[in-house]
Amino acid sequence: MKTMRIGVLALQGDVEEHLAMLKKCGATAARNVGRGGSTEEVEAVRVKHVKDVEAVDALIIPGGESTTIAKLMWASGIAEEVKKRAGEGMPVWGTCAGLVLLAKKGDEQVKKTGQKLLELMDFEVGRNAFGRQKESFEAELDVGGIKKFPAVFIRAPAIAKVWGDCKVLARFDGKIVAAEQGNFLATAFHPELSEDARVHEYFLGKIGRQEKKR
Amino acid sequence: MTNVKTGTQAVKEGFARMVKHGVIMDVTTGKQARLAEKAGAVAVMALHMVPADIRAVGGVARMPDPKAVKEIMRAVTIPVMAKCRIGHFAEAQVLESLGVDMIDESEVLTPADEESHVDKRKFKVPFVCGARDLGEALRRIDEGAAMIRTKGEAGTGNIVEAVRHMKLINKQINELMRLKRNDAMMAERAKIYRVPLALVQKVAELGRLPVVNFAAGGIATPADASLMMQLGADGVFVGSGIFKSKNPEKFARAIVEATRHYDDPRVVAKACEGLGDAMKGKDVRTLAGHERMQERGR
Repeated sequence: MKTMRIGVLALQGDVEEHLAMLKKCGATAARNVGRGGSTEEVEAVRVKHVKDVEAVDALIIPGGESTTIAKLMWASGIAEEVKKRAGEGMPVWGTCAGLVLLAKKGDEQVKKTGQKLLELMDFEVGRNAFGRQKESFEAELDVGGIKKFPAVFIRAPAIAKVWGDCKVLARFDGKIVAAEQGNFLATAFHPELSEDARVHEYFLGKIGRQEKKR
Repeated sequence: MTNVKTGTQAVKEGFARMVKHGVIMDVTTGKQARLAEKAGAVAVMALHMVPADIRAVGGVARMPDPKAVKEIMRAVTIPVMAKCRIGHFAEAQVLESLGVDMIDESEVLTPADEESHVDKRKFKVPFVCGARDLGEALRRIDEGAAMIRTKGEAGTGNIVEAVRHMKLINKQINELMRLKRNDAMMAERAKIYRVPLALVQKVAELGRLPVVNFAAGGIATPADASLMMQLGADGVFVGSGIFKSKNPEKFARAIVEATRHYDDPRVVAKACEGLGDAMKGKDVRTLAGHERMQERGR
């Protein structure tokens, strides 16, 4: 049996919530073996160093403070390695702060803090687009083919505009809150804070697709 | 918009989850807040004076001036927290109206109510509260706190009390895990801790507090941060430790680095190197009973 190793960038933020969700996906995958489902095992690991990036099949950049995560990513050399692997086709998913880092362009707030982005996806991001914490909210969303997903937004960013091959997956209140571009996925909300593993499963599906392409 | 819910427990506790593995720094001005943000803080805590100065000056310590809070909010893009007095729900209302991202109902300020804490479920803004043991932590969570921190002994630069509180909480959680299947003992624990049985059961099931738990109250060096992280803290608050040190910028960066790589002594060693003097600090044993902030609000 083959193992899919999914890395969660563990510099700062809600790392354990993603790891727990991936464990749940792994359990589902294991149950589906022999029922025509995937026969791959899911292993979730923390990515703290450059060498950890080399060892994973896909990477999740969790929620947290994008200024802090960006600083630590560039200082440690992890950012360059992620860009390199992503260029070779490694699937990458950013939630909230992770979405900010995937953007090609930032708004005034991003510029103000001098935050360096990974520039992997063709969109412009607006930080804290929904306001401060007291405006943080829960709402049901349709995300691409996933219906009624319980989305938790925390001081969430939003995508101001997309271009090129970047595709909008979900909007809320007129703002773009999920997008996809080839093997890259970005969500302004936190599927890892819900009990619903469907977005995680959707992301894992990209690993198979990447290998078929090769 | 239909079906949009703000101020839910999931949104409040979720906010606390986003600051995990990070350092939250006490600041009194916009300038200090910018220094903290630049050094990699995940959030700043606005207060009128750092705890070491509160100790030195004496008198009644209250919430910060709204003007200073607004200045700090304008200065940075990271979350801004602020302290209110224990039980002072009007101060909490003021801070919420200013738009701070989290309120610390803190024993560092002079308590306003010696019987009750703020009813935190009435607010949309999340709260963090201090605790010395599992009972205090669970009572605060039952009142609606979205995050817990050890009380330690603020403004002393002495880690001994934070260590005591973190170890005690861990020990009491381990006890609950052992008692998990003993209904009578679990009910007794709930009674001792003065919280619903369901909350005690949840802790036994999870093997940890159900909300994020930071260390606070005495962290003054990178090695202190590493120590608390190794004892199981989800992150650290640094109060006087940064702006009472000889070189705040260096200390701020070094503590962020040591918190991130707490389990790698070589990185912590590098963070500690050539930092200059940490805050002077105090032997906690020399404090008189009324000087011990941790006794406030149980």
